[in-house]
Amino acid sequence: MENLIALLVAAPLLGAAVLLCGGRRLDRSGHWIGTLLAVASFAVGVLLFADMLGKDAEHRALHQSLFSWIPVEGFQADVAFQLDQLSMTFVLLITGVGSLIHVYSIGYMEHDERRRRFFGYLNLFLAAMLLLVIADNYLLLYVGWEGVGLASYLLIGFWQHKPSAATAAKKAFLVNRVGDMGLSIAIMLMFTTFGTFAFGPVLESTGETSEGMLTAIGLLLLLAACGKSAQVPLQSWLGDAMEGPTPVSALIHAATMVTAGVYLITRSGAIFNAAPDAQLAVVIVGAVTLLFGAIVGCAKDDIKKALAGSTMSQIGYMILAAGLGPIGYAFAIMHLVTHGFFKAGLFLGAGSVMHGMNDEVDMRKYGGLRKYMPVTFVTFGLGYLAIIGFPGLSGFWSKDKIIEAAFAYDDGIRGWIFGGVALLGAGITAFYMTRVMIMTFFGEKRWQPDESGNEPHPHESPKSMTIPMIVLAFGSVFAGGLFSLNESFVKWLEPVTQFEHPHPVISVPAITASTVVVLLLGAALAYVMYGRKPVPVTAPRGSLLTRAARRDLLQDDLNHVVLVRGGEHLTRSLVYVDHTMVDGVVNGTAAGFGGLSGRMRKMQNGFARSYAVSMFGGTAILIAATLLMRAV
Amino acid sequence: MSPVNYLYLAALLFAIGSTGVLIRRNAIVVFMCIELMLNACNLALVTFSRMHGNLDGQIIAFFTMVVAAAEVVVGLAIIVSLFRSRHSASVDDASLMKL
Amino acid sequence: MSTLAAYATSSGEALQFWVLGTVAVIGALATVFMKKAVHSALCLAGTMIILAVFYLANGAYFLGIVQVVVYTGAIMMLFLFVVMLVGVTAADSLKETIKGQRWLAALCGLGFAVLLVGGIGNASLKEFNGLAQANSAGNTEGLAALIFTKYVFAFEITGALLITAAVGAMVLTHRERTERAKTQRELAEERVREGKHLPPLPAPGVYARHNAVDIAGLLPDGTPSELTVNKTLRDRGQIRDVSSEALNDLKALEQRSDERLGRSGDAASSTDDAASGDKKEAAK
Repeated sequence: MENLIALLVAAPLLGAAVLLCGGRRLDRSGHWIGTLLAVASFAVGVLLFADMLGKDAEHRALHQSLFSWIPVEGFQADVAFQLDQLSMTFVLLITGVGSLIHVYSIGYMEHDERRRRFFGYLNLFLAAMLLLVIADNYLLLYVGWEGVGLASYLLIGFWQHKPSAATAAKKAFLVNRVGDMGLSIAIMLMFTTFGTFAFGPVLESTGETSEGMLTAIGLLLLLAACGKSAQVPLQSWLGDAMEGPTPVSALIHAATMVTAGVYLITRSGAIFNAAPDAQLAVVIVGAVTLLFGAIVGCAKDDIKKALAGSTMSQIGYMILAAGLGPIGYAFAIMHLVTHGFFKAGLFLGAGSVMHGMNDEVDMRKYGGLRKYMPVTFVTFGLGYLAIIGFPGLSGFWSKDKIIEAAFAYDDGIRGWIFGGVALLGAGITAFYMTRVMIMTFFGEKRWQPDESGNEPHPHESPKSMTIPMIVLAFGSVFAGGLFSLNESFVKWLEPVTQFEHPHPVISVPAITASTVVVLLLGAALAYVMYGRKPVPVTAPRGSLLTRAARRDLLQDDLNHVVLVRGGEHLTRSLVYVDHTMVDGVVNGTAAGFGGLSGRMRKMQNGFARSYAVSMFGGTAILIAATLLMRAV
Repeated sequence: MSPVNYLYLAALLFAIGSTGVLIRRNAIVVFMCIELMLNACNLALVTFSRMHGNLDGQIIAFFTMVVAAAEVVVGLAIIVSLFRSRHSASVDDASLMKL
Repeated sequence: MSTLAAYATSSGEALQFWVLGTVAVIGALATVFMKKAVHSALCLAGTMIILAVFYLANGAYFLGIVQVVVYTGAIMMLFLFVVMLVGVTAADSLKETIKGQRWLAALCGLGFAVLLVGGIGNASLKEFNGLAQANSAGNTEGLAALIFTKYVFAFEITGALLITAAVGAMVLTHRERTERAKTQRELAEERVREGKHLPPLPAPGVYARHNAVDIAGLLPDGTPSELTVNKTLRDRGQIRDVSSEALNDLKALEQRSDERLGRSGDAASSTDDAASGDKKEAAK
């Protein structure tokens, strides 16, 4: 069974290689090859999962060592895979949701002449992400990590003829590089501290290492997670990444990429458990991002960007939970999986809406679409109910647990703060998702002919698109309940992540009740604001907060002022210093020597007699000196 | 008269010879001036021999003459071959070391 | 001979020193400043002969003779041979071409002389033994005894040096022919290809009164052509321009013929007057 692990990565990697190297002769069959290999990877995952279920909990982890990658004295890096329950969860999510998105893309990208290449990139993305989650050491994880960055760059900028897409791809890549830097430095620190990269030895020997070093490593890992998972302060790329095709957005937000940060923190749980300060930082980042994303989501009129804000917020929940330690890891992963279902469903639904609306993304130009796209409406609606945490659906089970755990951060004020933030986030989530729902599917139809006079004719999408949406809707509805039945998911993960029951500062039923109340309040507020009166087609000016939120809470402006301007000023001053002082010294020296040698050169006229005079004069001076010495 | 005067004369001839080396351009004349300098040295050596009362100075002067003869042979050969290739006996013409 | 070994030299030697010393210095200066290499060589030979006399006066009889035989007899003659081989070149000009070289050289020479004289003057040269004892068995015998005992190795090595020098001179002056000698036909074709002076060079001037080879032949327009004169004379600048001379001669010829033919004219009448005057005086 161990030998099958490599197949998980090999299948999509083979697909990427074949599709990208195969050339135009694969244009007509490429999407089928890509989808088939993604499904094959999923099948292998299911096979391994079934095998894993058959063993008892302590012996489920599989290990496969392929070859020794960098064998140097004192520096051993192997290409080896480790498939435990945590990795298994990710593998199933990535390959399962990924395969659905592949199927969906067949319909969505039908008219794109570069579809073969698109599927090649999708396969590459899957392969990189799978490598990331099944690597058994940090160095190999880093390979997958960078591979994910590369694939996301290629996919976000897939429509490279649009300058905005090219810029967004570059932005995503650059911002990710900041996080990658954190991960690479963390890996170097690990090597100097532990002498190895492998998960096992590193995570087992945290007890013998100083807390300061662990805190440093933890903070660097957090920086890496912030980059990949779009957490404050490295979240700015996520909104722009919507320039990519919608399936890419779904893939990035639901199954791959942004979950990598959560995986990294959960996988490195032992390090964070031993470094409470780093954990606190993780929690703070999660809490801040949670509100940040939610507020941004409230103000966006672009349906994909509203969903992007939502993703940021939900990942904030996961990071928050992962920062809570053993009481939160399992819930972070559980929310990740349920989020994978409903966010993928929501994005595919949004893509379906856009597909029917001539690629219009402004929700103010939608309205009343429930009559035209019933399947999309129902699946999107189920995803909506799941994400706001409507009792009984997936989101409720996972998010409610996170809120409980947040209240249990400690007995004092921090528990109240983080719990309160999580609770407030649930309310805002309900608000902005209800807003999206109402503006898209209810109310009057507001679409108009575009500049060239083409009036959109909303219609239901083809089967290849609706079937994945239906499957995901099922997941959105039932996954959470299934996982929570008898705490099966927590028990499944417990051998890897440990688990402690949270003890919140207030009682669990009270938290559940207040969560439900808050989400109803949020939904009701949205209904009052958008459902009771017609939605204006052009956006009103809005309050200061709304305007700021429309600009991603001034994140780009902040980056511009701090990094771009600051960088420019720094560069200019450095250039000035370089030109005046460094070049001055260098050029001055050179000019001095040049002038001196110009003079010296004149003495070298090539005439033997001139040299003879020099010699003779020198001899005379020597004799004079000798006589002088004797006289003295 | 003190024999030291011979030394003064030798010094004078030496200085005249060296000046000639520096200001003449004809390689043959330069060579002659070098011979003059050698002769001045010989005069000094002979005078020293007389002053010290032994013949070692004369021996050295003798060897100087032999060496000078050898030098003249080789030097003139060089001048001749130089003249053949450059059609000039000027020491300034051979200024290829100029930048 | 015993006087030479005295503390101070005799007054006769003093006189000889001052007279010949002055000549030697003048000869040396002339060697440096004579324009022609031949003159320099002759002046140097004179200085060397005077030095030979001084060697004799200093009791170095063998060296004095060797100086005359080897230096003035052999080496200086070698110099003269080479001077003739090389001929007259532009290098003979005393005009200085390197800026400041003459002043620097003069300064160095003067400074060096002052330093040497000063050094000798300062040195404690009170010891003056004379060669009476050393030359008691004869100067040449004394030298021989030293050369074949104390300096025997230096002497042998000197012999090797001389042989090496002889070989070196042969090597330096020997020219290996690296290419086949050109045939007359090839030389002729080469000249045609170069396109200058196809016919033999023109003959020099025709006034064969003395050494006519140094007179440039006249071109049809009356101007002299330097090409007609031997290259050596051309380089030495020894071409005589006889164009004006010829014109003057022509004028004189015309005048004489006028006289003889008894033509009347201003110039002729005046000469006639003078001539008749002379005849009158002679008659008285």
